[in-house]
Amino acid sequence: MTAAIRQRARPRTAVDRFLTFLRFALTALVVFGLFAFLVQQFVGPDNPLTRFLNEDANRLDWDAFRGLLVSGLSQGSMYGLIALGYSMVYGVLGFINFAHGEVFMVGAMTGLITSNKLFEAGVWDDAFPVAILIAVLVSTICATLTAVLMERIAYRPLRGAPRLIPLITSIGVSFFIQNTSALLLGPGAKRYPLLPQWLRDDRGPTWLRIGGQKILVIVVAAAAMAALWYLVERTKTGKAMRAVAEDKEIASLMGIDVDRTIVTTFAIGGAMAGIAGILWGILFGSVTEFTGFLPGIKAFSAAVVGGIGNLGGAMAGGLTLGGSESLAPQLILEPLGVTGHTQLKDAVAFLVLIYVLLVRPTGLFGERLSAEDRA
Amino acid sequence: MSDTAMSAPADLAPARAPLDQDWRKVVNYGLVLGLALVFISLTGMPDGLNSRVIVEPWLSMGYLSLMWLPFAIGFAVTHEQVLEGMVQHKRGARELVAGAVVGLIGGLCLSLLVYLLDTRDLSDPLVNWNQPLLDFLTRDGSVGEGVLLWVGVSTALGLFGGLMRIVPALGSRLVRAVILTVVGAAAMEALIDDLSEGVWKLEGVVEWLYHPREGLEPAGAIALAIAAAFVVLWLGRQLKKGGAVYNLAREAQPLAVNAVSVVAVAAAAILLPIFLGRLTNDLLVNVGLFVLLALGLNIVVGLAGILDLGYVAFYAVGGYSVAILTSPTSPGISPTLPFWLAIFIVVGMATLAGLFIGAPVIRMRGDYLAIVTLGFGEIIRLTVRSDWASGLTGGAQGMLSIPGPDLNIGGWTLPLVGWTMPKLEVDLMGTNPQHILYVVMFFVAIAIYVSWRLENSRIGRAWMAVREDESVAEAMGINTVTAKLQAFVVGAILASFAGAVFAAKVGSIFESSFKILVSIVILVIVIVGGMGRIAGVVAGAFVLVGILGGPNQPGLMAEFSEYKLLIYGALLVWMMLKRPEGLIPNVRRSRELHQEEFLQDAWLRGEVDRDEAGSEATTDEGWAPA
Repeated sequence: MTAAIRQRARPRTAVDRFLTFLRFALTALVVFGLFAFLVQQFVGPDNPLTRFLNEDANRLDWDAFRGLLVSGLSQGSMYGLIALGYSMVYGVLGFINFAHGEVFMVGAMTGLITSNKLFEAGVWDDAFPVAILIAVLVSTICATLTAVLMERIAYRPLRGAPRLIPLITSIGVSFFIQNTSALLLGPGAKRYPLLPQWLRDDRGPTWLRIGGQKILVIVVAAAAMAALWYLVERTKTGKAMRAVAEDKEIASLMGIDVDRTIVTTFAIGGAMAGIAGILWGILFGSVTEFTGFLPGIKAFSAAVVGGIGNLGGAMAGGLTLGGSESLAPQLILEPLGVTGHTQLKDAVAFLVLIYVLLVRPTGLFGERLSAEDRA
Repeated sequence: MSDTAMSAPADLAPARAPLDQDWRKVVNYGLVLGLALVFISLTGMPDGLNSRVIVEPWLSMGYLSLMWLPFAIGFAVTHEQVLEGMVQHKRGARELVAGAVVGLIGGLCLSLLVYLLDTRDLSDPLVNWNQPLLDFLTRDGSVGEGVLLWVGVSTALGLFGGLMRIVPALGSRLVRAVILTVVGAAAMEALIDDLSEGVWKLEGVVEWLYHPREGLEPAGAIALAIAAAFVVLWLGRQLKKGGAVYNLAREAQPLAVNAVSVVAVAAAAILLPIFLGRLTNDLLVNVGLFVLLALGLNIVVGLAGILDLGYVAFYAVGGYSVAILTSPTSPGISPTLPFWLAIFIVVGMATLAGLFIGAPVIRMRGDYLAIVTLGFGEIIRLTVRSDWASGLTGGAQGMLSIPGPDLNIGGWTLPLVGWTMPKLEVDLMGTNPQHILYVVMFFVAIAIYVSWRLENSRIGRAWMAVREDESVAEAMGINTVTAKLQAFVVGAILASFAGAVFAAKVGSIFESSFKILVSIVILVIVIVGGMGRIAGVVAGAFVLVGILGGPNQPGLMAEFSEYKLLIYGALLVWMMLKRPEGLIPNVRRSRELHQEEFLQDAWLRGEVDRDEAGSEATTDEGWAPA
């Protein structure tokens, strides 16, 4: 009812018309691209439509499709883990912690240092499960510490400032951590030790053979997510977090230590990012000081896509984003005749964000924010 | 730093005993100092900057990068916030003790690093854990010497920092002026060298001041210090008098005086590039480009309050439009227009880009808008780079042989009379930095004029209203969507000018010049300088880009190129925490940021009661001198 009134109160302007046009145009593009893909798949690439759109289109075989889907999902589950941190902090403090991607990078970097040390000591090859456990532990602790320090130094003094001010601060923090890593540990890519062969083997039934490390990534991400869900929904700490997200003032009246709860939120977000960091190392085998930047922004996009403040949404948003950035170039761009479509992978991720914000600004699963943040 | 200069009330309580300290605070500050010293050492900054000499055999930028810290933190630890109604004590030995203890703790931390450097090898993760660092910290001596050196130096500097609280305001002003002059003169050596070249007798003076290779001679440094002290003690007062005279004259005859100053500035701008060498011209072009960009972003962020992180997109639009339109070798469309004609099309393209990017994001909340604009910036860069668009933009190979702007204004014939204006016969290919500097100055002048006129116009006030509270602005009858779009488009046009000049200056264009990094550096300039204040933004660009360097351009201190991004990041955080209004703040904006403090102070002084305070804060147009 109120929504209807508000809509009528604001006359439709040229901007509104343009937005409507944009929504339709983007939707049409996606639908047409998918249609062209289906034609190419089921009619065969030699039909006039496909040849008109893209002269060298080929049918995508199941193996290639499965490869893209699985790598998309495993990357997506990492985005999901990082997105949890964005989502929780946004839920509690109402600002985008731009530097959260760097927490992820710190996790990947410290994981790299630990695993290289363990590799030199011979533990990595002899007792891989122990080694990876130690590496996960170290990187999680370091990432958590980074997140907590960040909150203490840069964000706590800004409680209650206009919301763009902590955002700008977090850009500075992100820059600072990135360059700190480059200066302390040296710039450029650093390599993880090679994973043992038994882990890298493809597994699964013949029609669904998946690289072992991808399975590991998805399983660990799912376990971390489950643990987080338990923490937030079933424990007292989680209840306090939800209460602070809903209304800080009333939560403190109920005897909740707001500052401590906020630190806990940062710590949990940091731990998730740390786990994601070491998973990144396992999946891609190398880390640079810029590793945190793009995945960080994409993870934020994932949080928005799933509905910010909504933890399940963050994970689902991560999978959606990872899947679409991996598949969309092949499924939509190639049938439309875009050359070099894999170069546009990152652009697709941002387009997904823009599309979701245009069509459904509250995200796929709805956002959970306190009344003042919803503005 | 202003709190020492503050006039102290007459009724000061007697000084406290030297050991009556808040020890927890002192130890905390000491540990922070120690950590900072160790951190800076391990980033490799001291060793990397060591080649930059300030005073020939004694002091290098490397040592300075460590030495400023004990001084600053020794000064900071003695800061006491005195609120209305609290007892204010006289400053005395207590401050010295606090400063010295902080310095001592910091020095001990650094000594621990020296010891560990000598005994352990952590060079696997930490790349700067090496012999050069140890040699630097011990000045090529033994570990014991290094420990003694740093404990001594750090304690002395901490003490000195504490001392700054005790000496009268004039004393601390003197010290500040002397330090800034000596360091500044050393930093600007290349510039001064370049300027003085060939000028009568000045060359000799410069040669006497500076060491043949780099840095000041000790005698030169002392001379400069004396000169700085003289300026503070005598000339400062004279200058203030002169300023008062100028202000009086301006009040009496505003138009005439303003006209005189505009003409003076214009004359200086026209004559200056002729006397400058290639290096300085090039530096000024870089600074000018960032002034242009920062002024544009200042309209978007500073006035309208839209945090546009994809601002680099418009810079790219300007650059690529000019490249496509003017370069004879552009792969797709290649009309080879002259630069000045292309500029008009660039304005059109920038307007379109501003509308196209602006329209979808304008209704989003401020923080979503930031990320989405960042996304647009990346989308544009990735698209330009991709094979798909390479038919138009050259892809990763970029575009080459972009001709510069033609400055030949002569050559036309006056109708009826038949008199032909003589053509200025100079080689005016754009890549000559001297000529590009004229072009940059032309656009900067436009940008300053536009910003200045817009700020106090109806649109400018609408922007500021939108920045402070969108709902209220809308209720006051402002069309917020239109206002924000206007800000976006004006910002886009200014950025596209910068892009156009950049393309013409370099003569080629690649997508790597348009990374997100550029947007963020521009944001740092705007924020450090002072959001919403033209002078602040210009000064910010001069200081940051001129001295430390832009994202891809070296500044005067080329040694900093490795560390400047770290410094920018730290600076951004520090500014947001301590001085969000910037170094040269916009008065209205800074009052908005500190509104609560203002009200509290006024209320404590009993000047206003609560209700009045509220109404004054909203209708205080009168006491804004800006």
